[in-house]
Amino acid sequence: MTQAMHQIVVVEDEPGIRDVLRVLLHAANYRVVEAESAARGEVEARAHKPDLLLVDLGLPDRDGTELIRRVRAWSAVPIIVLSARTAEEQKIAALDAGADDYVTKPFAAAELLARVRAALRRNATGAATSSLVRFGSVSVDLARREVRGGDTGVHLTPLEFRVLENLARHPGTIVKQEALIREVWGPAQVGDTRSLRVCIRNLRNKLEPDPARPRFIVTEAGVGYRLRMDDAATEDS
Amino acid sequence: MAEARPDPDELLHHVKAEEARARRGRLRIFFGATAGVGKTYAMLEAARGARAAGTDLVLGYIEPHGRIDTERLMQGIEALPTLPVKYGGIVRQEFDLDAALARRAAVLVVDELAHSNLSGGDPPPRHPKRWQDIEELLESGIDVWTTVNVQHLESLNDVVAQISGVRQRETLPDRIFDEADEVELIDLPPDDLLARLKAGKIYIADDARAAADRFFRRGNLLALRELALRRMTDRIESAAQAARGDEAAHTALARDRVLVATGPDPQSEQVIRAGKRLADALEAAWTVVYVETPALRRLSDSERDRRVTLLKLAESLGAETVTLDGPSAVDALLEYAETRRATRVVLGAPKRSGWRGLLRPSTATELARRAQSFDVITIAPTEAQSSREERARLSRAAAVAPPLRWRRYFAALAISAICSAVAALMDPYLELSNLVMVYLLGVTAAGLWFGRGPSVLAAVLNVAAFDFFFVPPRFTFAVGDVQYLVTFAVMLTIALTIATLVASVRQQTRVAGARERRTAMLYAMSRELAATRGSSSMAGIAVKHVAEVFQCTAVVLLPDVNGKLHHPVDPAITGSYRGSDVAVAQWVLEHGRRAGFGSDTLPATPALYLPLGDAARRLGVLAVLPQNQRRVTLPEQLHLLETFAGQIGLALERENLAMQAESARVAAQGESLRNTLLASISHDLRTPLSVMAGAGSTLATHGDRLDAATRQSLAASIESRAREMSELVSNVLDLTRFEAGVPILRRDWESVDDLAAVALQRLEQRLVGHPIELRMPSDLPPVYVDASLVVQVFTNLLDNVAKYTPARTQVGIGAWPEDHAVRVWVEDSGPGLPAGDPARLFDKFQRGDGEGSIAGVGLGLAICRVIVQAHGGEIRASARAGGGARFEFTLPAVERPA
Repeated sequence: MTQAMHQIVVVEDEPGIRDVLRVLLHAANYRVVEAESAARGEVEARAHKPDLLLVDLGLPDRDGTELIRRVRAWSAVPIIVLSARTAEEQKIAALDAGADDYVTKPFAAAELLARVRAALRRNATGAATSSLVRFGSVSVDLARREVRGGDTGVHLTPLEFRVLENLARHPGTIVKQEALIREVWGPAQVGDTRSLRVCIRNLRNKLEPDPARPRFIVTEAGVGYRLRMDDAATEDS
Repeated sequence: MAEARPDPDELLHHVKAEEARARRGRLRIFFGATAGVGKTYAMLEAARGARAAGTDLVLGYIEPHGRIDTERLMQGIEALPTLPVKYGGIVRQEFDLDAALARRAAVLVVDELAHSNLSGGDPPPRHPKRWQDIEELLESGIDVWTTVNVQHLESLNDVVAQISGVRQRETLPDRIFDEADEVELIDLPPDDLLARLKAGKIYIADDARAAADRFFRRGNLLALRELALRRMTDRIESAAQAARGDEAAHTALARDRVLVATGPDPQSEQVIRAGKRLADALEAAWTVVYVETPALRRLSDSERDRRVTLLKLAESLGAETVTLDGPSAVDALLEYAETRRATRVVLGAPKRSGWRGLLRPSTATELARRAQSFDVITIAPTEAQSSREERARLSRAAAVAPPLRWRRYFAALAISAICSAVAALMDPYLELSNLVMVYLLGVTAAGLWFGRGPSVLAAVLNVAAFDFFFVPPRFTFAVGDVQYLVTFAVMLTIALTIATLVASVRQQTRVAGARERRTAMLYAMSRELAATRGSSSMAGIAVKHVAEVFQCTAVVLLPDVNGKLHHPVDPAITGSYRGSDVAVAQWVLEHGRRAGFGSDTLPATPALYLPLGDAARRLGVLAVLPQNQRRVTLPEQLHLLETFAGQIGLALERENLAMQAESARVAAQGESLRNTLLASISHDLRTPLSVMAGAGSTLATHGDRLDAATRQSLAASIESRAREMSELVSNVLDLTRFEAGVPILRRDWESVDDLAAVALQRLEQRLVGHPIELRMPSDLPPVYVDASLVVQVFTNLLDNVAKYTPARTQVGIGAWPEDHAVRVWVEDSGPGLPAGDPARLFDKFQRGDGEGSIAGVGLGLAICRVIVQAHGGEIRASARAGGGARFEFTLPAVERPA
């Protein structure tokens, strides 16, 4: 670890889960600051200027989405929601408030760490707007609008490229389908996801090793899509 | 001994009556022989006393009459404001019932119990009579003090009229007087009264001075005073009797029943009053019976309306009233008297005399002859009344005879002419005696088609025609042979007999027909109501039938949970009466009595409001706005309407009970569901919990002594069991959410392969050992579904595969486009479905093997079915060809699935 240890603020009112998170994140070489309420979380975030926020939604003093909204007012720090709420509306509300990702409880350790890594990486590279994105054997050069699978070039239609581009600009985090449609097809098409579905299927056929069981272009049912940079199952450990 | 034991029903009745009395306000009447004895004065003095004692007493209404004594007494007592009522261009001050009800005083003082409210006034009074206002006050629990004179008592009305020569129009039902809790007699000797009158201490309106002079004579006053005293003694006596124990009175009630038979004749009122006095003297229950014979049905409508008035009078005197239908008044009365065990039958004296009396005995005579178990008491008519009014009545009847009748007589004339023509044709070939048959046939036809009158006319005409045309010498009325006179006599007798018989048969057929129609109409509605569920559809059916039968518009108002009535929300159907006055209906619902025209309450309202259901369960109100009010006010129509209301009430009651039973059933079912759920969950939660607790405690206490591989496996089993529990919990939560109603779908266009992939990814770990084959055509249309719910379906189906099939079992997922839908299947080559109906797998708490070690409450497939059905699709399980299980479901590929 040449880099300084990343610091993470965990906002979670349940002591049991805080304990687990602390052990897990310590083990993965992160520094952890704990907060048991939204107010406390905001104070810690201001004081420590952490690299990432892990926020529970059901907090005793205020809702987590409110905390996210307030933090977003002054900081672009990556925020991952960790919540037992599973309904899509709730996920979308949190994403709308400014969260970058959403992990539902009960969570698997590997999954959570993969998401944390992805968010941190995006933050590290995001500012520099790296024009090269890699996943699996695919590399996407956003500046040159070029996609390569292994050594050969892959031909994408302009629409397909723009969908992939939108996913690649926020690697590892959920991109809402509504946002994708607005960016690629324009605001008038929001509400009709049929073209998007076809486009995603084509992208998978061209880029995924097994298109029926995608590893990189992953669906978040009812919410949107995510470009998974490192496969948690293979890279973890 | 047996007699001493009280009848439980009787006791219950008694207790209920006592209870009702306890809730009711108490009525105190200051009772006098005539105006001027000082009733109001005495009442106000008592009022001052009560006020001084701290009673919350309020003056509701006192006739002012400008008397200084009275006004002085009223000072300092709270008085309700009076209600200005516009009446014929002037404004009169009246008692304000609503204000009195709103004030809720402990005691309310209202003068002149027998007062009639201004029925044509604006605003119109709620009740035509003040005693009805006071009834309502008493019912709402307010004590009332009031005054009345003996001459106002209904049963004494004609006696007072005979004594004084003045007939009182403002009368009070005896019931009110008899049921009063306290009656105080204010007595003043006639001489003192006359002295007061001379001194100008009695108020008399200027226009009534002449009448008053006639009224206030010493003789009159003595007689009225005696009447009042006697009425008072009667009351005290019956109170004493009640105090001695109600037993004697009750046996008396059981012993005697007075039946009063009435008809349309003018004597009826007198007979009813006489019956009342007799019943009072005997302390017997009494019933007023109106017999409607075919003959009476032929009377004009206005004559028949008299029945309404008569029966109302009887009811106001406390009688039970009954209308009997029958061909013969005597038979109907006899039968009714015997079934009701009447001991006395009261009716008007026979009016026929001389030979008519001998030929056709009157009802009274006939009844007396055939009576076995009862006495017949006849009431002689007052002379002047009988002759004068009888004549007036007859001429009136003639004047209103409908013109239609004449056509029938012309028809009878025509029949006679046809008979003569036919007879003329036959004359050359047949004997005279055979021609007579033709004429008799004609009479029969006339009787059959046109009724009694025309057939009698035909009988007479036929005899004359026969004589004129056929009996020699022909074309004269002269008779050659004297023996033809016998022929004529016999012919006329036979013809008249036939006429009468046929007409009576015809009439009875009509009566029976009318009755049958009524029954049929009622039956039609009952049948339709019986086949209906839901109060509002029942209300619709009721309205349809009532509107049709009574030629009216009608509406059934049903109360909401707060007991407030509303017009139905669904669109009006034909015959629906949406303009009904909900305030009146509410009153009807709360009091359980009818209101509107033809009733005692708000008779000026154009519609009639009938309560539905009984006192214990008030289910609604039927409001009827007839095109022709008379059609509904006729007693048999009113009875029919009440029967309809009764049927509607029964149907609504049935619906209420059914709903209660249903909710009880649902509750019971929910109860058993909960029990199964609890039993199931407790098993499925305990198992993983014990594994976790065991593994966790082993790690905590002996962790350092275990090798890394063992620690790893313990930790892994904790994780997998926790996952199991998590799934179980979310299944239970999902099902609870779905049970609360159809799930709300957040639909969007999704591709099936995408959703299947999400589920596969979710179950990646659990399906590690299962080779999975996906068969989805690349041109599969998108489906319009709730993504996360369909993922749930895939997850549950694949989870079952993981649970119930051994490792390395082949799993197939496929989809195929169909019309406006996509058919999806998930199959495995495992052990296959358990024996039994595959559809039962989708029931709650069903699982592949009974109480196995496999986790899950058997909710997975139930949830799948709820989700698929909510999308308008279907799901089924079957055996896979070649072994294993196959689940298939459809998802809509259009925005509006059919």
